Amino acid sequence: MMNQARGLVLDELLLFERSRPGRIGYSLPEAEVPEVLPDAELLREEIDGFPELSEVDVIRHYTRLSTWNYGVDTGFYPLGSCTMKYNPKINEVAARLEGFAAVHPRTPEPLVQGALELMYLLERDLAEVSGFPAVCLQPAAGAQGEFAGMLMIRAWHQARGSRRHKVIIPDTAHGTNPATAALCGYEVVPVATDGLLSLEAVAAVMDEDVAALMITNPNTLGLFEGQIREICELVHQRGGLVYCDGANLNALMGISRPGDVGIDVMHFNLHKTFSTPHGGGGPGAGPVGVGERLLPFMPTPVVVKKDDSFALDTDRPQSIGRVKGFYGHFGILVRAFAYIRSMGGEGLKRATELAVLNANYVRARLEGSYHLPHQQRSLHEVIFSEAGLANGCRTLDVAKRLIDYGYHPPTIYFPLVVQGALMIEPTETESKQALDDFCDALLAIAEEARETPEKLRDAPVRPRRRRLDEVQAARSPKLRWLPDQDAAEE
Amino acid sequence: MEYPDHLKYTEEHEWIAVDDDVVIIGITDFAQKQLGDVVFVELPEVGDVLESGKPFGVVESVKAVSDVYAPISGEVLEINEDLPDEPGLLNTSPYEDGWMLKVKLSDPDELDELMDADAYQELVEEE
Repeated sequence: MMNQARGLVLDELLLFERSRPGRIGYSLPEAEVPEVLPDAELLREEIDGFPELSEVDVIRHYTRLSTWNYGVDTGFYPLGSCTMKYNPKINEVAARLEGFAAVHPRTPEPLVQGALELMYLLERDLAEVSGFPAVCLQPAAGAQGEFAGMLMIRAWHQARGSRRHKVIIPDTAHGTNPATAALCGYEVVPVATDGLLSLEAVAAVMDEDVAALMITNPNTLGLFEGQIREICELVHQRGGLVYCDGANLNALMGISRPGDVGIDVMHFNLHKTFSTPHGGGGPGAGPVGVGERLLPFMPTPVVVKKDDSFALDTDRPQSIGRVKGFYGHFGILVRAFAYIRSMGGEGLKRATELAVLNANYVRARLEGSYHLPHQQRSLHEVIFSEAGLANGCRTLDVAKRLIDYGYHPPTIYFPLVVQGALMIEPTETESKQALDDFCDALLAIAEEARETPEKLRDAPVRPRRRRLDEVQAARSPKLRWLPDQDAAEE
Repeated sequence: MEYPDHLKYTEEHEWIAVDDDVVIIGITDFAQKQLGDVVFVELPEVGDVLESGKPFGVVESVKAVSDVYAPISGEVLEINEDLPDEPGLLNTSPYEDGWMLKVKLSDPDELDELMDADAYQELVEEE
């Protein structure tokens, strides 16, 4: 019980289970003033089983847990839709510069010119990459960027006295899109596709009740929406606007600009395309690129340049207002700026080309062993279905078996339009050798499905925990530790 | 896979048992197999009015969350109170204990658009 090490495989008790009566993690000096007891009604009730631990107990517990973390710094992370590219460490160096890291958001403008200039330049860089005249850096993540974008669309309609109340969303859009539309008070009109959205399908539902179309491009199947320009024209002709989910911009950066094809507003995921940490490693950032029609409605404040100095402008009467405290996640903005400036324009374009090349390399190596539901040319990610897996093996079995081979599984069962989806996004930061090793593992697993399917069904066998009971966990979850709960169950 | 003859079916993989102007609605054996183990079911309330083609509830499995679409229009007379506490009934007994709603039809003509067991089986086998 005292030492949980078993070889190199740690097992870790909960802090509650590690507790010993009377152990403490702090000691306060003698009080120099008389002790005063608060009113009894203000005192917290005793918490049954509250852990009693020393400082070293707690530090070792959390440090051990931290070494179990799997991240892009420890291994290949082919999570489709999430763009788990490597985050260059120069980003961290820049974010830790004292002038950025120690700056207070209430510092007067003349004393934070460098920070304001960085925001101004990052806005210009993102505008150049995306083709929009302006960019707002505030939103805290992609979903909030969507929300800000749709609020601008709503404000545009309201300013024109329009009462349009519907939003068209194809089944290949990102899952947050319907939630955003609903949150903005819109009714969602779903459109079924065969992988790509057609002009005819949009024309059939684009009426005078529709405020906007929300489209993801390339879509969540990794396919480029080839009719995007015609679709934007049609929506505009019929009085609507087009929102683009820019989560997959890493497949277009330096090649095609959404602002040039008629999109009115789009969010960026800095934590995807521009190599800043995802949640857990730090907050995200979801800036929005804003087209001409929506400029008056942009969130405030906006960084403006006057002569040779920078200032924050809040005098925008039609603005939807502030969407995030202060100026968004500034530390993330610094990292994205460091990435853009260290890569340069040609470097960003090269990153896009390699991301697409890597995904198509994986596709080419696995096609034939795994079923490809959409034959169209895919960009930065590739999706297989579970059709054709031998002996009734399922996508979940493949994912679990990959763990035995030492890989974090890809995204599975998403997108919903593909039966048993296995969604792989290698990103540009992986070498051919890394991709070959990963493909070899998946090919070996397909072979196992044919010859020894029990190896898939029993997987994973190598990690400390075998396959978890997801059904039981969802149907009767234990959300907190209770004293004597194990004793009560025995 | 079971396709009871006395039921009507939809392309959204729901079944409808018709008794004059009252129908019982559930999801098919095929639907529950596709979903996998169901862990959560959300149903409308008695008295709610369903509109054909609009979502009336949610079924969540370990794989995905899916809307359930009303196959017909009408007023909800009764819901299966056991389902929210025992969502696994949709897997173990999709056509009996896993029924979802009892609905009073507002437009009996809508029934003409539903499939019989043979047509539904054909649809499933094509998928």
